[in-house]
Amino acid sequence: MSEKKQNNRRDFIFTATATAGAVGVGAAVWPLIDQMNPDASVKALASTEVDISSVKPGQSITVVWRGKPVFIKRRTQEEIEKARSVSLEELKDPQKDEDRVKKPEWLVMLGICTHLGCVPLSDKGEYDGWFCPCHGSHYDTSGRIRKGPAPINMEVPQYVFLDDNTIKIG
Amino acid sequence: MSDSNYTPKSKVGKWFNDRLPLLTLANHLTDYPTPKNLNYWWTFGGILTFCLLTQIVTGLVLAMHYIADTKLAFASVEHIMRDVNYGWLIRYVHANGASMFFLAVYIHIFRSLFYGSYKSPREIIWILGIIIYLLMMAAAFMGYVLPWGQMSYWGATVITNLFSAIPLIGEGITTWLWGGYSVDNPTLTRFFTLHYLIPFLILGLVVLHIWALHVPGNNNPVGIEIKKPSNDTVPFHPYIVIKDAFALLLFSIIFAFFVFYAPNILGHADNYIEANPLVTPAHIVPEWYLLPFYAILRSVPDKLMGVIAMFSAILILVVLPWLDTSKVRSAVFRPIYKQFYWILVLDVLVLGYVGAMPAEGLYLLIARVATAYYFAHFLIVLPVLGWVEKTNPIPLSISEPVLAGSAMATRGVREEKIEVNLKSLG
Repeated sequence: MSEKKQNNRRDFIFTATATAGAVGVGAAVWPLIDQMNPDASVKALASTEVDISSVKPGQSITVVWRGKPVFIKRRTQEEIEKARSVSLEELKDPQKDEDRVKKPEWLVMLGICTHLGCVPLSDKGEYDGWFCPCHGSHYDTSGRIRKGPAPINMEVPQYVFLDDNTIKIG
Repeated sequence: MSDSNYTPKSKVGKWFNDRLPLLTLANHLTDYPTPKNLNYWWTFGGILTFCLLTQIVTGLVLAMHYIADTKLAFASVEHIMRDVNYGWLIRYVHANGASMFFLAVYIHIFRSLFYGSYKSPREIIWILGIIIYLLMMAAAFMGYVLPWGQMSYWGATVITNLFSAIPLIGEGITTWLWGGYSVDNPTLTRFFTLHYLIPFLILGLVVLHIWALHVPGNNNPVGIEIKKPSNDTVPFHPYIVIKDAFALLLFSIIFAFFVFYAPNILGHADNYIEANPLVTPAHIVPEWYLLPFYAILRSVPDKLMGVIAMFSAILILVVLPWLDTSKVRSAVFRPIYKQFYWILVLDVLVLGYVGAMPAEGLYLLIARVATAYYFAHFLIVLPVLGWVEKTNPIPLSISEPVLAGSAMATRGVREEKIEVNLKSLG
């Protein structure tokens, strides 16, 4: 056997050992990383049913879904018109009000500012919708971002009307 | 190093030292030649070691009484304050100790900036220091979450949401950090674990920091390389030990003032309200030591860019030894740098102030100007100054300015002067 061939054999063994070692380390480390992801008990709390019969026009309630606040606002006719009269060019994250609600009267969205996760205050701000006190984001009566550092509109979760008085979120 | 010549006097000592050279290490530390002109700005290394040990000892004790559970955490902290013997004292020392730690580290960092201690051959000491500083911020942030008050909860929410700014994988990372869909019990338990771990990581890095320091030895106010040992140096013990101890005593008085007379002045009243995921406090403000970076975050109108700017403000310090092109270390001999140095100090203080104010109107404008200046200092002023600044002549040794006054008539000085001028010309 020539010396060169010997070296090649050795190189192969080194590479194979290192590869097997890397795969082994990766396999051992993954459970340690993945254990930090949401566990089964957290995932189990996926949906919430809400009775909305007592909410009057202009009122807003906050319910908890997956540990997060969800705003359920019964909008007045005035507020609906205000949200629908805005042209899309004025919006930072253009979205029609019609696409954000299932029934015009009911606005359901995550009450979390899309900037850094604070809970905006209702009926505040320059657009009479919501105002985030943390870093000054203004939302309109459709929960769309109008002014401030937040990049997108407040998120609308998946929900269905089970009947006229009950919403199921999630 | 000369330490290797050391042999213990006693037979037992020699027997032990041959097997584990701890006595050689102790001898190195006591005899370690230190520049004789170190001023009080150099005492903060010792003060910081004291702060770290204080945090570890008080933290260990608090952990014996604290319960990391969202339902019990807030009550367990009140239990420490009201029921545990001396619990109030230990917790106030720990909480104010964090502020004192940052006060000392900022002085330590700015001392380094003034006297050019980050420059060759001390870059590794400096970078280790920045890593320690980053870990300190992580530890302080997580520690602030543990009492589970309103500021704890919302501070944690805002800071972890910073990672959601990362495109594509951001949401996944925040969910992973939280262990859920919001800050909740899994977040609290992991923060407690990490808060317990980080001080020991810092301790390890401090050992490396000091080890790296002991290779070239201390920088000094004149900023020149000195012969060690020589008549420019004094042994660490007793000279520096006594000086450090005296400074620590004065520092402890300030520390004690906060603990005993104003234990809550640096905190926020909102944190005595238990965390409520449905109500955000009117003003979310981080602890004072993070305010300048918070101001930078808020001064940028775009979410991702704001986060990038904030992290860059810290990480830019890592490359500082290469951004500063001047060969002269100490600001004492850099008349123009000295002025820019004080402007930077002022700039950081202004950032801290506007960071505590609402992000609107004039405050926002000031924050933007100050942020721009902060980056300009490191990216424009420092590189350019190294080329254009005409530095003053630097002395040949520490003894010289003392013995010969300001008259530098010796031949060697003139040579040095020419060399320095050549360097400043590039």
